[in-house]
Amino acid sequence: MDYLFNEQQVMVRDLARKIAQEKIKPVAAHYDETEEFAWPIMKILSDSDLFGVYIPEAYGGLGGGITEMCLVTEELSRACGGIALGFAGTGLGTFPILLYGSEEQKKKYLPDIAKGKRLAAFCITEAEAGSDAGGIKTTAKKDGDHYILNGTKQWITNAGEAEVYTVIAMTDKTKGARGASAFIVEKGTKGLEFGLKEKKMGIRASATREVIFTDCKVPKENLISKEGMGFIVAMKTFDNSRPGVAAQAVGIAQGSLDVALEYARKRIQFGQPISSFQAIQHMLADMGTQIEAARALVFATARMVDAGITGVAKDSAMCKLFAGDMAMKVTTDAVQILGGYGYMRDYPAEKYMRDAKITQIYEGTNQIQRNVIAAHMIKESLKASK
Amino acid sequence: MHIIVCIKQVPNTTDVKIDPVKNTLIREGVESIINPFDTYAIEEAVRLKERFTGKVTVVTMGPPQAESALKEAISLGCDEGILVSDRKFAGSDTWATSYTLSCAIKKIGAFDIILCGKQASDGDTAQVGPGISTHLDIPQVTYVKKIEEIKGGLARVERMMEEGYDIVETPIPCLFTVVKEINTPRLPSLKGMMRAKAAKIVQWTAADINSEPKNIGLDGSPTRVVKIFTPAPRKGGEMLKGDAAELAQKVGDLLKDIII
Repeated sequence: MDYLFNEQQVMVRDLARKIAQEKIKPVAAHYDETEEFAWPIMKILSDSDLFGVYIPEAYGGLGGGITEMCLVTEELSRACGGIALGFAGTGLGTFPILLYGSEEQKKKYLPDIAKGKRLAAFCITEAEAGSDAGGIKTTAKKDGDHYILNGTKQWITNAGEAEVYTVIAMTDKTKGARGASAFIVEKGTKGLEFGLKEKKMGIRASATREVIFTDCKVPKENLISKEGMGFIVAMKTFDNSRPGVAAQAVGIAQGSLDVALEYARKRIQFGQPISSFQAIQHMLADMGTQIEAARALVFATARMVDAGITGVAKDSAMCKLFAGDMAMKVTTDAVQILGGYGYMRDYPAEKYMRDAKITQIYEGTNQIQRNVIAAHMIKESLKASK
Repeated sequence: MHIIVCIKQVPNTTDVKIDPVKNTLIREGVESIINPFDTYAIEEAVRLKERFTGKVTVVTMGPPQAESALKEAISLGCDEGILVSDRKFAGSDTWATSYTLSCAIKKIGAFDIILCGKQASDGDTAQVGPGISTHLDIPQVTYVKKIEEIKGGLARVERMMEEGYDIVETPIPCLFTVVKEINTPRLPSLKGMMRAKAAKIVQWTAADINSEPKNIGLDGSPTRVVKIFTPAPRKGGEMLKGDAAELAQKVGDLLKDIII
């Protein structure tokens, strides 16, 4: 399907595809097995300017938007959903600065992020604050020209590898959600430490660690927006980043379909390729159609955000929900098409299935997405009935 | 430092078909790419620029569509592209091609290093690089696998040999042809691609480069292609069976047949 991308977007997609297919695909199994962080690939992405596709030209980027970010995320994920997170997780960590950062903060951090010199990470989740983000216990206490951060963030993508951390912490616990604030914390700041690397089911090339703040002193210039804006910063960040997670899901699903299609053409049973059997054909047709439907949702949402349309929470949740569930189904079917080979770790199908699962869980579980979607639908219906 | 890279646009296939009547390559329907060996020359030129600062000019002789090869080279970090194109160049052999390129290089002006791929994947002659250096009367080193140092008007390089390598020191300006062991070419960058899109490729004709009409194109080419053919595939070997004595006898008989 042609989404009528402009010339620059086609260029971005084609370059991301070339890098993904030529440089990432051959090493995806290696990084999955070793769980190492793929720094050589980050270097390639950095040299190719891909880290800057969604960052304005004024800060050294290409001046694109969510569409470009999704194009890159999809193509990288098609080769490896874990390695793609070095890019997409940096996007998530950068959005608070892009959306709410001061001119000084943007000038200080965005050029290095656009060049791929520094990766970023977003820190909100805690042991007792997952879907219930209001349960955050990490505190930031004002102390003269500084804030003192204390607390532990959990399951942070890119933690330990990234240089720039955007952190949600409570500046005033008595105010509940309105007492949260967003901060920029640089790696190397005294009192900022990382926990052990988590052992995960999928996206194993992506680094996931705890981020631990112990009397971590952050200059007051690193407060993003104003005190009390933390949750708004976080929610708007997610509205912008969810199409990216959806694009990751689309990429993972597409990658698994690529594998299934090639296998189905070559695998001979009963004297003919299994792609000649209707049972397999119908599975392939459903997989392709579901992927295309999810992709259409992703890029329709991305276009809305890029056009400056506000209030995209419902649409953003819809594309994340649909693409995540779709990826789980499609990658499971890909394993089924490969049969016994699909279940073996020597073949790429099962990795896509393991990688797909996370897209139903993180950046708001798909159950939370349904809550968001339903709440908006009911509100819209109420409004219309008045 | 001013580095000039000479490249060639070639068909993207290792299985080139030959027109049995005209004895020329059949190019229709085949995608054109930069000669793979030249991509190492482009990468090395960009690395020299990064090491010593300076400028990279990329030049090619070819039909108008060869402009896309120059644009690709710019997307990979070259600064300027020159297309030497004229119907009068048609039918050039390696002598006329290297003469034509040397005329273009004279027009470009002062340079420090000329880099070429070791050979083109379509013609496989490996003659154009050395030819250019001869027409320009500058030193050449072929099969360069490493440029160790460029200092005080001298360049020290490693030339790949069948066993090991030579270390060669030469005054500059000079010409190197490079082998694929020299580097790993980078992928294009988005900013490079944008620059390439906007880049204006300079086009020079036979008259622009002050070339002698008798030295260019078919007239300037001493090579005469008598016949081009696809060699018959080699016959498979024969497996001999039996015990040692029988085998010795069979081998002996075979040798006798060959010798007699």
